[in-house]
Amino acid sequence: MTTAIAASPELIVDAGRIVEPSVAAESPLAIRGLTVSYGRKPAVFSVDADMPATSMTAIIGPNGAGKSTLLKGALGIIPTVSGEVSVFGRPFAKTRRRVAYVPQRASVDWDFPARVIDVVIMGLYAEIGLLRFAGWGHRKKALACLERVGMADFADRQIGQLSGGQQQRVFLARALAQDADLYLLDEPFAGVDAATEKAIVDVLKTLKHDKKTVVCVHHDLSTVAAYFDRVLFLNVRKIAEGPTDTVFTEANLQATYGGRLAATHIEDLQLGVG
Amino acid sequence: MMGAEFVQLSLTPMLIGILASIACALPGNFLLLRRQALIGDAISHVVLPGIVVAFLVTGTVTAWPMMIGAAAAAIVAVLLIEAIRRLGRIESGAAMGVVFTTLFAAGVLLLEQSDTSSVHLDVEHALYGNLESLIWFDATGWSSLFDAEALAGLPPQLARMAIVAVGLALFVLVLWKELAISTFDGVFAHSIGIRTRAVGFALVVATAIAAVAAFDAVGSIIVIAMFICPPAAARLMTDSLARQVWWSVGFATVSAILGYVLAGYGPGWFGLPHSVSAAGMIATVSGIILAVACLAAPRRHRSGQAAETV
Amino acid sequence: MTGFDRLIDALTLQAGYNSALVAIGAALLGLAGGGAGAFVFLRKRALVSDAISHATLPGVALAFIVMAVLGGTGRWLPGLLAGSAITAAIGLLIVEWMARRTRLSEDAAIGAVLSVFFGLGVVLLTVIQTMTSGQQAGLGSFLLGSTAGMLISEAYVIAIAGAIAAGLVFLMRRPMTLVAFDPEFATTTGVDVRRTDIAILVLALIVTVIGLKIVGLILIVALLIIPPVAARFWTDRVASLILIAAGMGAVSGYVGAAISSAFAGVPTGPVIVLIAFVLFLVSLLASPLRGALAAALRQWRFRRLVHQRQGLLALARGEAIYDRLTLSTLRRAGYMRRDGVATLAGRSAAAKALKDEARWAEAMRGEADGPVVADYDGLTPIEDVLTPDQIADLDRRLARLEVAT
Repeated sequence: MTTAIAASPELIVDAGRIVEPSVAAESPLAIRGLTVSYGRKPAVFSVDADMPATSMTAIIGPNGAGKSTLLKGALGIIPTVSGEVSVFGRPFAKTRRRVAYVPQRASVDWDFPARVIDVVIMGLYAEIGLLRFAGWGHRKKALACLERVGMADFADRQIGQLSGGQQQRVFLARALAQDADLYLLDEPFAGVDAATEKAIVDVLKTLKHDKKTVVCVHHDLSTVAAYFDRVLFLNVRKIAEGPTDTVFTEANLQATYGGRLAATHIEDLQLGVG
Repeated sequence: MMGAEFVQLSLTPMLIGILASIACALPGNFLLLRRQALIGDAISHVVLPGIVVAFLVTGTVTAWPMMIGAAAAAIVAVLLIEAIRRLGRIESGAAMGVVFTTLFAAGVLLLEQSDTSSVHLDVEHALYGNLESLIWFDATGWSSLFDAEALAGLPPQLARMAIVAVGLALFVLVLWKELAISTFDGVFAHSIGIRTRAVGFALVVATAIAAVAAFDAVGSIIVIAMFICPPAAARLMTDSLARQVWWSVGFATVSAILGYVLAGYGPGWFGLPHSVSAAGMIATVSGIILAVACLAAPRRHRSGQAAETV
Repeated sequence: MTGFDRLIDALTLQAGYNSALVAIGAALLGLAGGGAGAFVFLRKRALVSDAISHATLPGVALAFIVMAVLGGTGRWLPGLLAGSAITAAIGLLIVEWMARRTRLSEDAAIGAVLSVFFGLGVVLLTVIQTMTSGQQAGLGSFLLGSTAGMLISEAYVIAIAGAIAAGLVFLMRRPMTLVAFDPEFATTTGVDVRRTDIAILVLALIVTVIGLKIVGLILIVALLIIPPVAARFWTDRVASLILIAAGMGAVSGYVGAAISSAFAGVPTGPVIVLIAFVLFLVSLLASPLRGALAAALRQWRFRRLVHQRQGLLALARGEAIYDRLTLSTLRRAGYMRRDGVATLAGRSAAAKALKDEARWAEAMRGEADGPVVADYDGLTPIEDVLTPDQIADLDRRLARLEVAT
């Protein structure tokens, strides 16, 4: 839990925050006291979180625990009730270009008239700039990103003709095209085939190798330990956060999932030692 | 049919019809993909209260006050729809239904209560327009196209409609990326800094401008039909957004030409003495094009649906 | 007689047999419209009725042409209404077909049918104009409705048809309620959802056709949409939604027709729509259940509650608070002095909040799925959700944990 830090006025950018400036300054993603609600019940309540640089964090928790909401609230995509977020020490609006966000695959209409390459080129939006269209250089860049997710052969395919896993890989390629430092992915492994899962994991590992920071909303407890080096347990409130080795424990799982964990076999999971 | 009489009586209405159709079809493409096709319908209904209020304020039926009044009414309507949708958590179709019927009713009531006997202002004119009357009196033949004096006598609607059509084309061109990305994936668009709500509002304003300008020239029916039918038929032709927009422009043009010709000359082929409503016929032709596209266009099925229905 | 006296006469059915009949007919029409519209609205297809209503125009015109060619006057109301019903049904079928069989969404199908059928209707109206040498045969009144100069036989037709439509809504309310409330459950009880959906729209079609003469085809859709939307603010239950919508529709129809008959030159349709809108506006603003004012107040209170709780937790953990709203909330509650130091009450409330958080965490550990815990919103005092025994038990478990670590 965050510790008390004496108020040091010169570090406070704007009164009206619960942020300790010293922490926020380094962290790729620092969240303080974030509360988001749909209607009268908080979906996320007073969550603090810090994603250290070059870490790979899984946000896990039961359905309706507010995992996706936490990401969307942090990016200002949905309105928040309270809280403060800083990305690389500054407000997200000023650091957008260092962030790539991958929404849930089901959130868009895949019948949209676009080819695979068109979707990836959307990731180059900031680079192309206002009032200009994508050129051959951009197309080449987008193709390289498709190559990284094993989808180069599908570049001119209509997006509606792809399988779920292929669609997910196109979304990942679009994020790669953004060439960001912080990648936020919402359920990238939901409903994808084994080949896609492996392709995505490989890409995420290269991102980590390239000193990028990755945060995934994740639902499959059996792969947490294999894929991620950090875990954030969320069930409206944050239950625990830290290295997988130490916080991915039965006690934290129990506290997060409660009785709902009965269906999963805890002994099958590679639990941490903490 | 192609002689002096054509230039004088048919050339300008046809051109105005084409320009109006294209101006409406352009934003219609994005409305269609955003599932907002009926915004165009709602907007064209509220044009009536807009012009009535403009008339009551200015006391004249000159073009500019009426167009400004109509545009203002369109924007008020869109804001109201949005407010009702949010405040009442009402689905947008129902919110639209509440707003446009109410504003239209208010417009009719105001019209009935005010003295408009001296001016040509009635509901039917607002609906059907009067495309046939936009003739070029000063033309004597094709040579008039190079005659400055005759050109000065062109109906003012032609220049207005041309400006608006070019403006709409520029709008779509300039905001192409923003429109495409925010239409496909609003959440992602937001995350990369596209102001999605501003883009959506700009689209609605562009729609309103097209509707108002076209309404002034050709009436509401064409407006509603052109917002929806050519883009919908184009959607069934291709899976590329750019090509869809081009197809829609083509369909809009064909509808306008064919509709105008059928309305003006068609009844004669059946031995009827009078022509029929050109606005209505243009809408009808656009519907026939859409019907053919629904039955035979190459991309008429949803992705993945083709196999099961063939 | 002043306008007010005439209005009172009209409202009390004292303004003549004809206008009394029209008022009753309009009330029945509103009743049926609100009732049928409630189902349409619940199935989220409000604007399908807009396509239906615009698609009546070619039917009216065609019926006129057929009747005129056969030697009649072409103005026989039942014939015109039958014609309008036929093209409206065709329009409805096309909307259904396009939305199901092509990649176009329902709103595009609605817009296409609405504009094309209307355009075709206008073409046919101009054909009629040429047939009857310049006269529109009074069909223009179908656009905006008109009760002035209505024949008594026509008033009968409308009153009787309105009663039949209202009766149909009543008869079919059970399967329609099931489908509107939960289509999946309806399927398991043997209700055919697709057929019921069509039945709902056929009811809307019937209301539309009856309403053509009084309200007109452009505005009739308002009677199907506005009352249910207004009713939605007052209730979360399907059955009462239908009743309220039907009631509001009936009031709009009755009062609107009365006003229109009391004041010359006031068209019936627009007045009915505006009355319905006034009812809607009152509902939107003032309903205590879903009204905008009540919602804004709740949202404001909720925001304060969240900030107070977060502020107390921060106090308890000794964290600095910079958020202005949090600070002012704490000050207002008397938990903090102006200089930012916690009061005695503040410190004890903070300790309590921290303790409750721990209790909740412990409760979650035990039974995260339990109904009580699942409903916990994090802001209600724990005493309101759990019994003293349960709290005491949690405290014992917490004490044991503390000893263990």
